[in-house]
Amino acid sequence: MTAAWAYALAFYAAAAILVGGLAWRIADYWRTPAPLKIPTTPAPTTRGGVALRLAREVLLFESLFRSNLWIWLFGWLFHVGLALVLARHLRYFTEPVWGWVVFIQPFGILGGFLMAAGLAGLLARRLAVERIRYISTPSDILMLVLLLVITISGLVMKYVSPTDVVAVKVFFLGLLRFELHPLPAELHLRVHLALVAALMIVFPFSKLLHAPGIFFSPTRNQADDPRERRHLAPWAARLDREG
Amino acid sequence: MSTKVEAPPLRKYPVIPVLDIGAMSASKPYVASDKIQEAIGFPGELAPDWEAKAIAKMAELLGRYRSLKVYLDACVHCGACSDKCHYFIGTGDPKNMPVARQDLMRAVYRRHFTLAGRIAPKLVGARDFTPELLQDWYSYYHQCSECRRCSVFCPYGIDTAEITMAAREIMDAIGLGQKYSNEIIGKVHRIGNNLGLPGPALEDTLLGLEEDVKEDTGVDVRYPLDAKGAEVLLVTPSADFFAEPHVESLIGYGKVFHAAGVSWTLSSHASEAGNFGMFIGNYEQLRKIALRVREAALELGVKRIVVGECGHAWRVAYSFWNTLVGIGAGGDDPFAVELQNQLDHRYRQPTHICEFTWDLIERGALRLDPSANDHRIVTFHDSCNVARASRMGDFPGGQFEIPRAIIRAVANRFVEMAPETIREKTFCCGGGGGLLTDELLELRVKGALPRMEALQEIAERDGVNFMATICAICKAQFSKVLPYYGFKMSMVGGVHQLVSTAIRLGSND
Repeated sequence: MTAAWAYALAFYAAAAILVGGLAWRIADYWRTPAPLKIPTTPAPTTRGGVALRLAREVLLFESLFRSNLWIWLFGWLFHVGLALVLARHLRYFTEPVWGWVVFIQPFGILGGFLMAAGLAGLLARRLAVERIRYISTPSDILMLVLLLVITISGLVMKYVSPTDVVAVKVFFLGLLRFELHPLPAELHLRVHLALVAALMIVFPFSKLLHAPGIFFSPTRNQADDPRERRHLAPWAARLDREG
Repeated sequence: MSTKVEAPPLRKYPVIPVLDIGAMSASKPYVASDKIQEAIGFPGELAPDWEAKAIAKMAELLGRYRSLKVYLDACVHCGACSDKCHYFIGTGDPKNMPVARQDLMRAVYRRHFTLAGRIAPKLVGARDFTPELLQDWYSYYHQCSECRRCSVFCPYGIDTAEITMAAREIMDAIGLGQKYSNEIIGKVHRIGNNLGLPGPALEDTLLGLEEDVKEDTGVDVRYPLDAKGAEVLLVTPSADFFAEPHVESLIGYGKVFHAAGVSWTLSSHASEAGNFGMFIGNYEQLRKIALRVREAALELGVKRIVVGECGHAWRVAYSFWNTLVGIGAGGDDPFAVELQNQLDHRYRQPTHICEFTWDLIERGALRLDPSANDHRIVTFHDSCNVARASRMGDFPGGQFEIPRAIIRAVANRFVEMAPETIREKTFCCGGGGGLLTDELLELRVKGALPRMEALQEIAERDGVNFMATICAICKAQFSKVLPYYGFKMSMVGGVHQLVSTAIRLGSND
């Protein structure tokens, strides 16, 4: 049970750091003013238009599509795959499992392959394309490797050496109720879970902040209406009063 | 530059250059003297404790600008921007890739403001702010024209211009300013315009223009200065007063006002539309320069404010004036209301001269003879700040359509450059963002490469011999660099230069 204890603590800590860290970063972004109107134009002129622009960016990676088809393809495949995989994993945290989660189970498996393909493509580009190798830091490569190992260990559990998923589910449902249950001992499961916890922990301190960041990007989230509305940050308004 | 500057060869196919590490590390603008620095409230020279001061300034800016904070965090090094900058394309220097340029600051940010950078700097590319890194800042943050092309292609909209502006602001705060921009800002405060033309000189120039136009057309077109009670205040870049080809457009504005029967005036107090406060990223300077326009508008009692052909000036006017000094609509605080009550809100405030002219053309209020421009085969260069940081008219993209509509109304022969080089994907002229200075000539020539390639293509194919643009910096930059690529410098000119040629004044024809 020592390992179960360690994993339980790790996941509680990881969840707390993920949620707390993200809340802290988001609050920080929220509180920091955007004193000037800087949407990249042509930009929507209404809030509704801005919501659509952001939706296209988040769901379709519109700007990236216009920029580089290879990066778009690999990046988009990875993210869509990740979304499917996350949805599939909801079955470990719900009892009974929600109907739509049951429905998407096979798509979740497809998602695993999409993730692996996308990540492999991104890693290959990072190592092979001179410009991208130049801008890469060790953490950029490690992040891809981390995600790739998580993905592959997950696929191994599905196709090569199945683990006792029922026991895994009992473990995680237990965590939700603050009860400790044993965790199966296979190495690939242990690696999979440890790296997921690591990913959760680094999330708020790394470039993974691009996820909340896009919603706070003034070039994308501002409406193009500076002549119609006076946009004034609090610190800038003080300059008006001081004359 | 002591060595002779040569233009890079035009590429047949726009392949991405092979990295040429350090190719442009020696390119640096002259450093501002202590006099220039102190005149606009910056320290005169680099202090011994500059590093601590720089970090403190960075902390202040991170609290002031959400863009800076989010953009330093969000980049994933995907490389989407890496081949989009005209300076990278022209020089091959990897530090001119937008992401690498940002990383010069991101390295310091990570070292001092993030957990990962404090614990494991090497892992995340964090670096101490060493004197060598500061030299790289000075060099490469003055190889960015703040044109925002990279921000169009970034999946998170990261705008390198925001990073460049912050970097220049930090360097100014520690006493390492750029001579060209900071000297000009001092001139605006002292005299009222970037070129340092005092009121009497302006008056002389304008009288001369009146005589020239009378001689040319036989019509008494007025170019009024400081005329109280005029309907329109025209704020235009000071280059329009004497530089070629800029002055041709100023002549054109006057003819349009004359034909429309609208009373207008220039102001000696606000004889500059340009606002280099933006280039150095300093909000207080930006605001202080814009205040002159507000003061002139209140003093002269005008109902409308129209802005002449200038790219970054139109960005400042369109996007920032309402925020900075209340020139616009929708303000309800006493500061904004003071001016907004005076302005006539049947019109857009401020109005671009192209919006003004196009409204007249649409109403049939101008008599135009496009065949007068038949000796020209015209193309249009979208200026970066107009294209990616502003708008004209009532719909997104009006900044592309309206100038083109005017050109089509005043000239018969119009040809577009390649689609990936125009509109929001336009390439900077290579001289924007405070880089229009002689010591940066090599950079300017090389940075013009992608635009020159697009121009070459249609010059060969369609015989294009005139590139119209609506920016004083574009005009000056192209006049200088066109000859390096084998073009005539007179090939560049203003949209209102074309209008000026085509417009028919007077009642008898």
